[in-house]
Amino acid sequence: MINFSHLTKRFGKFTAVNDLSFTVEPQQALALWGPNGAGKTTAIKCLLGLLRYNGQILVDGQDAHKQGKAVRRRLGYVPQELAFYSDLSTLDTARFYARLKRAPASRSREVLAEVGLAEHADKPVGALSGGMKQRLALGLALLTDPPVLVLDEPTSNLDAAGRDQFLHLLAGVRSAGKTILFTSHRIEEIAALADQVLVMAQGSEVTTCPAAELPQRLGLRTQVKLLLDQDAIDPALIVLQQGGFSAARNGHGVLVDVLPGQKAAPIHALRDAAIDVMDFEVQ
Amino acid sequence: MTLSLTTVWTLAQKELRDALRNRWFLLYTAAFAVLALAFSYLALAGAGIVGFAGFGRTAASLINLVLLIVPLMALTVGAQSLAGEWERGTLAYLLAQPVHRYEIFLGKYLGLALSLLAALALGFGISGLVMALSGSGAADPAQYLRLTWLAFLLSLAMLSVGFLVSAFTRRASVAVGIGLFLWLVFVFLGDLGMMGTSMALRVPIANLFAMSLTNPLQVFKMAAILDIRATLDILGPAGIYAFQRYGAALLGVFLAVLAVWIVLPALLAYARFAARGDL
Repeated sequence: MINFSHLTKRFGKFTAVNDLSFTVEPQQALALWGPNGAGKTTAIKCLLGLLRYNGQILVDGQDAHKQGKAVRRRLGYVPQELAFYSDLSTLDTARFYARLKRAPASRSREVLAEVGLAEHADKPVGALSGGMKQRLALGLALLTDPPVLVLDEPTSNLDAAGRDQFLHLLAGVRSAGKTILFTSHRIEEIAALADQVLVMAQGSEVTTCPAAELPQRLGLRTQVKLLLDQDAIDPALIVLQQGGFSAARNGHGVLVDVLPGQKAAPIHALRDAAIDVMDFEVQ
Repeated sequence: MTLSLTTVWTLAQKELRDALRNRWFLLYTAAFAVLALAFSYLALAGAGIVGFAGFGRTAASLINLVLLIVPLMALTVGAQSLAGEWERGTLAYLLAQPVHRYEIFLGKYLGLALSLLAALALGFGISGLVMALSGSGAADPAQYLRLTWLAFLLSLAMLSVGFLVSAFTRRASVAVGIGLFLWLVFVFLGDLGMMGTSMALRVPIANLFAMSLTNPLQVFKMAAILDIRATLDILGPAGIYAFQRYGAALLGVFLAVLAVWIVLPALLAYARFAARGDL
């Protein structure tokens, strides 16, 4: 469906993306994962025709550079930095982009309802919260019901509640069978949305793996602090270490290294050993 | 290469709407309308008649008003056009939509051109209406319309120059600053520079006329005076030379030069806009 072939993008002497090749299959959700500066956003901008590049990007066989308009017609895009005309109302914004995308006029109100913004149709976009703007961007991306959704760090500017709400919306879109290409550096976002993850660093591919394997592949660890009775700390350390956890005393409890998807495992291990956990914090 | 007129018109409508909400644009438009009305009345002062002036005197005042305000208005909105959207980030999002760059450029240009036309129509309309109602205007409506269209051509030339500035700039404030500097160059330095050069270097008449063609404001002024008076005697030796050299074709020469001033900067601006890959 989407095929990146030997994509290279240089800014002067700096190489932002270096000989990147990968394919996104139909109805697959592929995440580009990596730290800031890894080249994820640059790759997306090349796909959208915002940057000139070397190499080739095809979407359903159409060249993103030579047939840019036709390719963009097949994509719905949610940017990282939301830049709308702040004095236009939410509905007028939807109408404006609907006309540009040649979507039926009735779609403007429909998408606002789909992303939960129907009540805010008459508000100026500038008065919407960050989460609402993000939902508006998703609604605009869905105006023509395109087969591919491209999202650049879709939740990076949202608080925890906004992130949950937005990921819930995206999960619905994904279950509708859309092909999704998105960038992220949040492991929970990868876990919630992606089938496959392409790990990038310094503009190049490091590895590609199923999303569920990402933490193990990268050796990512999370620290969980368990608060225990003073008398239970030493027995707990013994139980955890015998269970294969890396644990150490920390104030009124213990600090345990775990894989991101296994934060409850040390609590279960202690419960099985009849040691009560009073509280916990994820570091 | 396909052009979607719907896309261009959608973008033009958006631009027109923005211009009508731009306080600077509204201020210029109001100033133009008020001054056009005032000049229509004050043009009689020299003649010592109470009432409204005849068309010739009013038109001469309007030409000077156009020379001062229209380039300022067109350069400012043109300079803000691309740079402003670049700065706010809205242009990158727009370019990520299924639109061609030339559709965006055309849509923005068309929208701003229409807004300038609306501003000129308002100013000239008020002045024309006052002359017609006063009964002392003796205005030739066709001549008055031609003056309006010449002013519109000048505004397009300045709009194109503004777009050129905007295409090379990423910040609206810088673009407007350059636009204001160019306005000064065209309005004041162009005149003074030409006078100084001709006096210091004793430039031949033919060259002096050629030099004046490099300033679109001079071209507008000469074209407007020629249309009203059917001669350029008022401009001195250079005007007499031009009239003798080109005769009946002189107005065509002026229109052609204005057309070049409209098309060339716009093409250069588009070439730069199309080539930018740093969004």
